Amino acid sequence: MGLELFNTLILGLLVVVAILTLWVRDLVVSAAVFAIYSFLMCLLWAEMGAVDVAFTEATVGAGVSTVILIATVFNLKRRAKD
Amino acid sequence: MKRLAFILVLCLGLLLAWAVQDFPVWGDPQAPASSSPLSSHFIANTGVDTEVPNMVTAVLADYRGFDTMFETVVVFIAGVAVFSILRGGPRRRTRDREFVVDFEPDLIVTNTVRLIIPVIQIFALYVLAHGHVSPGGGFQGGVAMGASFILIALAWDLKSALRRFPVERCFAVAALGIVIYGGIGLLSMLLGGEFLDYAHLSAVLPVSPEMARYHAMLGVEIGVGFTVTAVMFALYASLSTDGRMRDGL
Repeated sequence: MGLELFNTLILGLLVVVAILTLWVRDLVVSAAVFAIYSFLMCLLWAEMGAVDVAFTEATVGAGVSTVILIATVFNLKRRAKD
Repeated sequence: MKRLAFILVLCLGLLLAWAVQDFPVWGDPQAPASSSPLSSHFIANTGVDTEVPNMVTAVLADYRGFDTMFETVVVFIAGVAVFSILRGGPRRRTRDREFVVDFEPDLIVTNTVRLIIPVIQIFALYVLAHGHVSPGGGFQGGVAMGASFILIALAWDLKSALRRFPVERCFAVAALGIVIYGGIGLLSMLLGGEFLDYAHLSAVLPVSPEMARYHAMLGVEIGVGFTVTAVMFALYASLSTDGRMRDGL
């Protein structure tokens, strides 16, 4: 029961965060929200017992790719046009 | 146009949600992935063949070693492509950039980073070296190691990070990683096996064929770690400076 609740919560948050990533205009905020998405995925992998995948998601998805996205945004206009 | 795109995306989403119904229930022993003879073969034989407790690493670095080798090559090619496209592209003027990063390194930030970078690097080495016993391996350890160099660039500036790890050396280290991986494969070929058939390395290592596979897996993970570390930092350095390698974020 507790696990089901946990899964439902994370899956619901995933959808919210995914929509939020596209919805916000500020690309730095978008990159930060995308890191939250990766971290939720990491929690989900860990909960399903795929610890190696969770580890990769945490380092690559939530860690380095967020830094690289933000570094790229600083060479662009920060606000998305549409 | 935008509304049409929204409707198309919505239809695709509903289609995907509908297709999910055909998936087996999570943890179902009758699911194709669980009932395939390959899965039971790996579960039964990994410990006997290679003495590696972490089955995931054994599958990645040994049974599917060829696949992982070219995954590493893909990482290398991606790094080289980003570097050469950004360096060769037209120069954007500085005033087009919304932010000109110009600040002195902060005392609190730099001292905190001084404290945590050794911890990050030792943890990265542990993840790499312990990858066949516990979760982890070359990719994760390499990314954590690369992140420690990115942290130097964030806390001080890119110049101090590049002084420790110049871009030319990045690509040399990245290529060295692939050479280590391919070299272990070629060595096992020279000793009479097939490419990446590590069991034949027991001819030169003072261990049994099973333990030779165990140690060769550590060797290829070190190769992967070299490549990933260097490419992660080179990617950050290229992307944050638009390929110019100076005054970045």
